[in-house]
Amino acid sequence: MSDTTVNRFENEAITTTERSQWALITRRFFRHRMAVVSLVLFVLIVLFAFVGPWVWTWDHRLHPDQLPSTSTGPSLAHPFGTDASGRDMLGAMMKATQQSLLVALVVAVGSTFLGAVVGAVAGYFRGAVDSILMRVVDVLFVIPFLVIAAAIAGSIDGGSKWYHMAFILAAFGWLSTARAVRAEVLSLREKEFIEAARAVGGSSGHIVFKHLIPNTMSVIIVSATLQIAFAILSETTLSFLGLGIQPPDTSLGLLIQDAGSAAAFNDEWYLFYIPGVMVILIALTINFVGDGLRDAMDPRQTMVRR
Amino acid sequence: MVVFIIRRILLMVPVLVGSSILAFVLIDSSSDPVAQQVFELQQGGEEVPQSTIDAIEARLYYDRSMPERYWLWLTGSDDLVVWDNEGETNGDIGVLQGEWGPSTEGSSVDVGEEISERFWITLRLVLAATIASIGIAILTGVLSAVRQYSKLDYSLTFIGFLALAMPTFWFAQLLKEAAIQLNKGLNTGIFKTYGEGSTGFRGTPWEVFVDSLPFLILPTVALALTGYAAMSRYQRASMLEVLNSDYVRLARAKGVRNRTVMRRHALRTALIPIATFAPISLAGAMGGVIVIERIFGWDGLGGYSYDAIIHGDTFAMMAYLLISGIVVLIGVLVSDLLYGVLDPRIRYE
Repeated sequence: MSDTTVNRFENEAITTTERSQWALITRRFFRHRMAVVSLVLFVLIVLFAFVGPWVWTWDHRLHPDQLPSTSTGPSLAHPFGTDASGRDMLGAMMKATQQSLLVALVVAVGSTFLGAVVGAVAGYFRGAVDSILMRVVDVLFVIPFLVIAAAIAGSIDGGSKWYHMAFILAAFGWLSTARAVRAEVLSLREKEFIEAARAVGGSSGHIVFKHLIPNTMSVIIVSATLQIAFAILSETTLSFLGLGIQPPDTSLGLLIQDAGSAAAFNDEWYLFYIPGVMVILIALTINFVGDGLRDAMDPRQTMVRR
Repeated sequence: MVVFIIRRILLMVPVLVGSSILAFVLIDSSSDPVAQQVFELQQGGEEVPQSTIDAIEARLYYDRSMPERYWLWLTGSDDLVVWDNEGETNGDIGVLQGEWGPSTEGSSVDVGEEISERFWITLRLVLAATIASIGIAILTGVLSAVRQYSKLDYSLTFIGFLALAMPTFWFAQLLKEAAIQLNKGLNTGIFKTYGEGSTGFRGTPWEVFVDSLPFLILPTVALALTGYAAMSRYQRASMLEVLNSDYVRLARAKGVRNRTVMRRHALRTALIPIATFAPISLAGAMGGVIVIERIFGWDGLGGYSYDAIIHGDTFAMMAYLLISGIVVLIGVLVSDLLYGVLDPRIRYE
């Protein structure tokens, strides 16, 4: 037996230390290749949107004195080309991605928080509180989300800003999170550790926020990633309809609307495809990240994938 | 069975009333049709006299408080007694009496008429899209599960993820333009990309329906996309779970033929999650028509409600929300009944 084998045995003996929950989850997550690639891509998109405007020469506004108002295809000076009014599309894309991401991230935080609290409270207290909250969910479910959001966003005086959009979308987006968290809490509340917390005199607020919500974190985080995808698709749809973010501000939906569908097959193809592909990329990568997290956080999951 | 259906319908009434209250409060407090009308008059350059503003307010029932207006919209009665039409209304409001309220577009426009003209156009599209998305989702979900980890499974999974991330409006525009290009290239008019039927076409309902079929194809594909994406994932997961269950293994062990195992033992149980998800997909489609009808130039409820939003036409918006609420609740009822068909443990007595 050579020295190296002995060494390996010793090394293995050392690594059998206790691993924390998070260390396990990150280890499992990094085995999901698609999810890791998606996470890297998503971080790059976030950097593109928030750091890009500081680096790149042009912004999303018109500069009639410096840029001729004709559309030019992608070139070194304008990697994403310019549109018919001479706007630099790389600068516009940065600003638009930033606005759309801002909405998506705020919606993810807001509606996930709201959904988690409502779901946990409904599941924990059951009885009348549960039926009232779940009836509210039923009632909201019956109203077509896109129409009511469009109606509210379309009637904001002076056009909606990104925070208006985030507020409206978060106000309607929490339903699925609430349902998922409630289902999880319904089974958790019967567990011994909740009973123990109650036995030592823990208040309801303490139990809900310190015991129930932390233990449903896996459900909550996964649904937060789904919320991001949901928010980005809804925001771009509303902006596309002209009922969301208004010019001179910009958003990915607005850029697609500006391009017009005819652009898909003519010389201005880049105006149509670049923002569209960006929306798809954001939603796709965040869905894969969510998928990877779900696998990583599932306690039934073994260390080996497949 | 009949008792069950009646009980479910009775349970839906409070949900419908609740959602109408919520929708009314949201719409009413976020938009101000009177101010919008006055603003449009001011665009003419002249000062709007107070008497005109009062007349607009009276016509749109905005001289009342919001709760009163809701009650009026629901019952058509000024007093808090249903069916008493002695109040000072113009007889154009009260959903329970079949009147949908005044439109901001002028007193000659009847919201009820506009809605009923367009209802079948939109229902056609929504049902076609929902059925298409369910059908294709079941097919691809089952194929994916049966051939787990094959090339087919991977590509179908990827298509599913892509469809889930695809903005409907972008996909619809791409589809429409591709069809236009194909029409040009092949010098035909096979693909119908604009409108819900041939312009000015008149005939029996059947002829109108047959005429509209080619126009239905592209919008249906676009609208079915989102529902398909989510449902195919559910279908794959539930089919996998069932295929790995003990009773399917037992059926195989008994020597039951593969086809029978699939059809009678596996698929039936695996369809239950789809039955849960179908009404959600229907609700999504009811909202999605507002985008699809706009892109494909349809004159249906979606286009109508878009115009209503733009013009701050509150009662027209409410009409659309109420109708789609009823459609979604009917979808929920159908899915409840499907449970009984699919799950032998459920009996409706």
